[in-house]
Amino acid sequence: MDDLRELYQEVILDHGKHPRNLRALADATCSAHGRNPLCGDQLTVYLKLDPNGIVEDAAFEGRGCAISVASASLMTELIRGKTEAQARLLFEKFHHLAAGEGEDTVPPELADELDRLQVLAGVRQYPVRVKCATLAWHTMQAALSGAREVSTE
Amino acid sequence: MAGMTKLREPSRANAPYDIARVRADFPILARTVYGKKLVYLDSAASAQKPRQVIDTLTRVYEQDYANVHRGAYYLSMKATEEYEGAREKIQRFLNAKHRHEIIYTRNGTEAINLVAASYGRNFLKAGDEVIISELEHHSNIVPWQLLRDEKGIVVKVAQITDQGEVPVEHVARLIGPRTRLVAVSHMSNVLGTILPVAEIIRLAHAAGAKVLLDGCQAITHLPVDVQALDVDFYAFSGHKLYGPSGIGVLYGKEALLDAMPPYQGGGDMISTVTFEKSTWAALPNKFEAGTPAIAQAIGLGAAVDYVSALGLDAIGEHELRLLEHGMARLSAVKGLTIYGTTPGKAGVISFALDCAHPHDISTIVDRSGVAIRAGHHCCQPLMQRLGAPATARCSFGLYNTTDEVDALVDALGKVREIFG
Repeated sequence: MDDLRELYQEVILDHGKHPRNLRALADATCSAHGRNPLCGDQLTVYLKLDPNGIVEDAAFEGRGCAISVASASLMTELIRGKTEAQARLLFEKFHHLAAGEGEDTVPPELADELDRLQVLAGVRQYPVRVKCATLAWHTMQAALSGAREVSTE
Repeated sequence: MAGMTKLREPSRANAPYDIARVRADFPILARTVYGKKLVYLDSAASAQKPRQVIDTLTRVYEQDYANVHRGAYYLSMKATEEYEGAREKIQRFLNAKHRHEIIYTRNGTEAINLVAASYGRNFLKAGDEVIISELEHHSNIVPWQLLRDEKGIVVKVAQITDQGEVPVEHVARLIGPRTRLVAVSHMSNVLGTILPVAEIIRLAHAAGAKVLLDGCQAITHLPVDVQALDVDFYAFSGHKLYGPSGIGVLYGKEALLDAMPPYQGGGDMISTVTFEKSTWAALPNKFEAGTPAIAQAIGLGAAVDYVSALGLDAIGEHELRLLEHGMARLSAVKGLTIYGTTPGKAGVISFALDCAHPHDISTIVDRSGVAIRAGHHCCQPLMQRLGAPATARCSFGLYNTTDEVDALVDALGKVREIFG
């Protein structure tokens, strides 16, 4: 049960049940559709970038497990106000964290954000669930790169 | 669930099913997972193997292994004898008329692909129709889509009812002058529904169409007699029938298999080869190019022996008790929805909880040692029809017990504890 509590921390349960920014963005500058073929979960990520390439708004639509929804919800909060490059870097660092790929150097301007993502570190004990945690992030990255569809496979 | 008992009344004549003895045959059932006793409820994905199968594999590799159909030496002849002997066991198991109507494949998927590639490509023309159903596994959808893209055939889909049945009328209304093949599951891997295949076959034959049954699930739960069914093709995999992975079977009627061209070219499937022209070997070798899965085929023979000794009627009765217990216990769980509620179903229960996604359910019950499947079960179109992107699924094998069903229900309590 303790292991499970480590995976399903209160923050995850909260974001999983009450996802933030769960909506379509009518004025999105880019969006992408992501799917996890392993389980059939899918979601759409909407981003609104200002002329300077800063994420002004981020939102998502879709259904999925607690891990994927919580991760998507947290992501939309954390990348807001970040530059495109920072959003991509945050995903890179988060991927290391979720996959348990050892210690990582974190730029100071992303330290707080990565700290908030520590609640998802429990997935590293569950290799098949890493994809749940990163689906929204892959989709965000695809949207930034101008791709419409992305799959975690 | 009273209706279910009426459908298949347990026969009292048989000796009681000795579940303790059966379980003792499966070494893996003694292991623990996360310190908990393993409760394996995912046999519909792949079944565990009895000692008899494991020992056969070991014995073949330690004592009797060589390539088949080649060497004029003792070991090769011995391996060939066993490999062909297993084919004969499978022939008897299915009550096929001829041994050479049993074609070894890698799995059920390859068996269906063989029919699509060989029969489909050569006997179906643009505009010809293949009827499948809404509850098919991807392996009985995609091969026909590939054929549609290549040949311009039309794929029609028979709808399911809300209980998860495919009534024969739903197939009947799709049958027309261009129907050439009806390719459906004998039993659904998600809903557990057993399809009215005898009626479907009669109907298809009356319209001049052939029938392929995907028997991957049914073969483990009920006796299959291909002659009594008069089915044209029957496909299944070995690993779900308590045999090794890497071996599957396609049964086909002799006349059809004879008329079909080879599926793959290579060694073992030829009669003569020159650079101008080659001629094909007789059945079944025509469809078995290259060195086959020798030990796996022999292992499947041992699995067929094992299942036959227990008797599929006895196994079916045992699993029916598990199903009834499971349906009763699970439907009493607060917030739980069961998908597939027809009385005519076998040992599979798909479900969802209002408080947690199937993936979360699977992760949590796993920590109690309970192995269940979560996801779309390779049936995305069916999931769309059910309006559920994923379900959790427990499925029963001949070694499961009602205590294990109870262990699942207890573990679901932990899901509620966490997700509230």
